[in-house]
Amino acid sequence: MSHAASESIHGHPALQHHFENMEQQREAGTLGMWVFLVTEIMFFGGMFLAYTLYRSSYPAAFASASNHLDITLGAVNTGVLILSSFTMAMGVYFTQVGKTRPQIFALVMTLILGLTFLGIKAVEYKAKYDDRLIPGQLIRSAPFGPAVAHEGDHDPHKLHLLPGATVKQVELFYWIYFAMTGMHALHMIIGAGLLTFLIIFSIKERYGPEYHSPVEVIGLYWHFVDIVWIFLFPLLYLLGRHFEHL
Amino acid sequence: MSEHIVPVRVYVTIFLVLLVGTALTVLAAFHDFHYQIGTLSLNAIIALTIAVTKATFVVLYFMHVRYSIRLVWVIVTSALFWMAIMFALTFADYWSRGWLPVGY
Repeated sequence: MSHAASESIHGHPALQHHFENMEQQREAGTLGMWVFLVTEIMFFGGMFLAYTLYRSSYPAAFASASNHLDITLGAVNTGVLILSSFTMAMGVYFTQVGKTRPQIFALVMTLILGLTFLGIKAVEYKAKYDDRLIPGQLIRSAPFGPAVAHEGDHDPHKLHLLPGATVKQVELFYWIYFAMTGMHALHMIIGAGLLTFLIIFSIKERYGPEYHSPVEVIGLYWHFVDIVWIFLFPLLYLLGRHFEHL
Repeated sequence: MSEHIVPVRVYVTIFLVLLVGTALTVLAAFHDFHYQIGTLSLNAIIALTIAVTKATFVVLYFMHVRYSIRLVWVIVTSALFWMAIMFALTFADYWSRGWLPVGY
């Protein structure tokens, strides 16, 4: 590193006074983001634990309920999210090499793909609402209401219960389904807000090879949300499929 | 600066690996492997193996952990460690509940 380059790094306007140089600041930021992501992993981990526990307790009910989910929309959404992770990674790359226009393009693509995911998720939620598969008492005619629950294994609402499954156990699956996908969607909405922030400051040419921590750190968050979905998709949508012929 | 810039071809490769993994996990889900260990079917093991593999690729390359400082490795490992504790202790409780005879 030449003396002139060293000067420009030490004198960067984004350098906070408590850091020696930009590299130390960037590493501290990345490290802090990872500590936050560990708390996020534990947060989602609790829900994955609940899923694992109740799935091992009520396998037939989970298989019955899982078969109601739209596997095509789920798979398409997985592809959309993986592509958005790729464009996010490219956004970080273009920032690192200092190409502003491709950087903005990659971030805008990531935002569009994220919103596409949320749109498809909304279509799925609407289908669940139409089929009255919302857990709890909010919708009076729901199959999970108190009047129906007392009938035990009867199936007046076309739940297609497999042998050994009860209505209440299917409702439990939908509590877990909406809690997990809902929290995931909330993280996507927050991510979309963060991306909007990144795009605005990218247009103002705030980020470049010397200063790109915000792009990198929000990228880490975005990839984490992608990883959660990588687990949610097979666990919620796919693991009941082979019970269909029972 | 000592920062490692991941080349584009690595990102493209990982992206394609993730797509192939998604296709494989969907294909595997429609095939019944007819093998159970307790309530855990071979289908579940295959689906989770693919998911863990995909997540590992995302963490190592998209999230740059492979090129990160040691302290990042320590933090990522600690997340897996605490998750393992949470699952192990909870399941130790649930699995052993039926072991005591009625009346205790």
